[in-house]
Amino acid sequence: MMELLRFATAGSVDDGKSTLIGRLLYDSKQVFEDQLESVERTSQAKGYEYVDLALLTDGLRAEREQGITIDVAYRYFATPKRKFIIADTPGHTQHTRNMVTGSSTADLVLILVDARSGITEQTRRHAFLASLLRIPHIVVCINKMDLVDYDETRFKEIREEFEEFAEGLDVGALTFIPISALIGDNVVDRSQKMPWFTGPSLLEHLETVELTPDARSEGFRFPVQLVVRPRSAGAELHDFRGYAGEVARGVVAVGDEVVILPSGFSSRVVAIETADGTLDEAFAPMSVIVRLEDELDIGRGDMLASPTDPPIVSQDIQAMICWMSETPLRPGAKLGLKHTTRWVRALVRGLDYRLDVNTLECDYDAADLSLNDIGRIDLRTTAPLFYDEYSTNRLTGSFILVDEQTNITVASGMILPQNGRRASD
Amino acid sequence: MTYQLTHLDALESEAIFIIREVVAEFERPGLLFSGGKDSAVLLHLAVKACWPQPVPFPVVHVDTGHNFPEVIEFRDRRAAELGVRLVISSVQESIDRGEIVEDLTPGASRNRLQTHNLLKVIEEHRFDAVFGGGRRDEEKARAKERIYSFRDEFGQWDPRGQRPELWNLFNGRHRIGEHFRVFPLSNWTELDIWQYIEREQIELPSIYFSHEREVFYRDGMMLALGPFTTPRDGTSEELFLAQVRYRTVGDMTCTAAVESTAKSPGDVIAETSIARVSERGATRADDRFSEAAMEDRKREGYF
Repeated sequence: MMELLRFATAGSVDDGKSTLIGRLLYDSKQVFEDQLESVERTSQAKGYEYVDLALLTDGLRAEREQGITIDVAYRYFATPKRKFIIADTPGHTQHTRNMVTGSSTADLVLILVDARSGITEQTRRHAFLASLLRIPHIVVCINKMDLVDYDETRFKEIREEFEEFAEGLDVGALTFIPISALIGDNVVDRSQKMPWFTGPSLLEHLETVELTPDARSEGFRFPVQLVVRPRSAGAELHDFRGYAGEVARGVVAVGDEVVILPSGFSSRVVAIETADGTLDEAFAPMSVIVRLEDELDIGRGDMLASPTDPPIVSQDIQAMICWMSETPLRPGAKLGLKHTTRWVRALVRGLDYRLDVNTLECDYDAADLSLNDIGRIDLRTTAPLFYDEYSTNRLTGSFILVDEQTNITVASGMILPQNGRRASD
Repeated sequence: MTYQLTHLDALESEAIFIIREVVAEFERPGLLFSGGKDSAVLLHLAVKACWPQPVPFPVVHVDTGHNFPEVIEFRDRRAAELGVRLVISSVQESIDRGEIVEDLTPGASRNRLQTHNLLKVIEEHRFDAVFGGGRRDEEKARAKERIYSFRDEFGQWDPRGQRPELWNLFNGRHRIGEHFRVFPLSNWTELDIWQYIEREQIELPSIYFSHEREVFYRDGMMLALGPFTTPRDGTSEELFLAQVRYRTVGDMTCTAAVESTAKSPGDVIAETSIARVSERGATRADDRFSEAAMEDRKREGYF
């Protein structure tokens, strides 16, 4: 069975990030001749003596002219084991919002470190963002090992420094791999030059890393996208009433009892349907139609959930947010908020602190959040949200904030644990 | 049982989720349907997303007048089979009415002219969301485009001012006159598309599979002999018969064939897996003008 792995890359041009992606695509034979020819032509025109694989991933004209990456770019490659989606995000300070954007759905993040310069402020920022976004796996690629004579001591120094820093963070599984993206050491094939390293190459790791936690252990969550009630169709569909959506967490089976939020009523699943036929059970992230035993008043934005392990229901939300707009956020702001398939309005009641992503220090006196700032806020919403802490489920623990004048997405939010009540209370 | 989807099931579920979000949140969606393989897959997914109801929104084709007849026949038949409304915007009619002027220099295509008709049909029908079959693996500019791609009242794409797109929380809020292009196939590759076509047995126009055709070489591309494309006198362009298929479907004037014996999606997958030239590089003259050709057209409002 071929699976899908989504990963993000963090690091700057100087760390060799684009070169690494170019190398992965090239060595796994995903680069076509015409693309390579175009890169060879450009390399020659720039006077390089080597083919700059980084050019494979530099997209827009503005980027080529300035030699930087300005936005998230998506790349694709596949091996017989997995299909990979890469969200290639820029490393510059001003583009924290892009790393957050590119990493929000990632199963894994690659953080690049230049073996010569070691851990930098930027490395710390990326590690922090990876922990904030709860990316399950972090792979630290210590790059340019060829420039430090493939020295094991240097590799260990950097690894220890990173581990020490990461102890203060809540990070997922950590893996360290010494590589040279330019030469190809330990990227696809294991390097002969570092016999002291016995771990897998980067690609081997990407192909084998464990993907999903056990879905059965997690409470079922199903935000309703659409109420399906055919009007024009024939008599056989006359009594059809179902709820279309994507399973956001856990598993549901025919016969299961579910609680409906916000009403709190209970019902039983009588059928799980798709265009391809009926199913006995469905799990995240399947798109299905769920039909219930009782006729209840259920609409878009409502949620079907496990009655024994329900979400939290509250209008008072505490969250970490990444502010993504040029116009700063000040307490008192009223914004649109989208959580699962539900839009509400939210009042920013308070800014608890602004977090310095480089030092991890909290500024409790901060008066506002500017572009790329991260801070903890208190929100009051016009209607209750049914949510889980972001740390336990990304899809039911996240939201976006939208400026109601410009309609622009101005923040991404990750809901924190607090004193809200469970739907079963 | 394992609670893990295959890559095709994960991509299918993501696309269905996106289509349903649009159906729920927009008033007047439309789906761009050229008869090409990506739009055939997109329409198939729309049918699944809307099931058990019929697809409630129209399918839209910007017809350059230079299309392959096999594709037009497929377009009309597929729309009729599904009972969906087909809206056609004719580039030829716009030329005849003097709204746009055709570039008649040899080698020019009507590709760029389509933007006029696309924006016009969006305005006339007041579409607020238009589904497209674009994929991020096709081209560098597309690789940076959001799934919900905002267009201002002039239909323009602003690559530097794109809305952040996080998790599966799509923000489709807009003012009157603005619209979104929505790309449910963003994360699919050419290979994924073919594997899905094979698995779902999705019908395609016949020109996607090996057939015999009279062709000639122009600028390294193999073009079909047709009403709008003939070898130019005084050049080395010579007609010959070849076993060919098409990897993409565009105008006859700028879409090139590749030599192939592939008779089925399975054969195409075998060929695609070992292909050494990208889909657009091999067969689309319109992308070869400059490295930034697609980026420039997209800014103007192109697909």
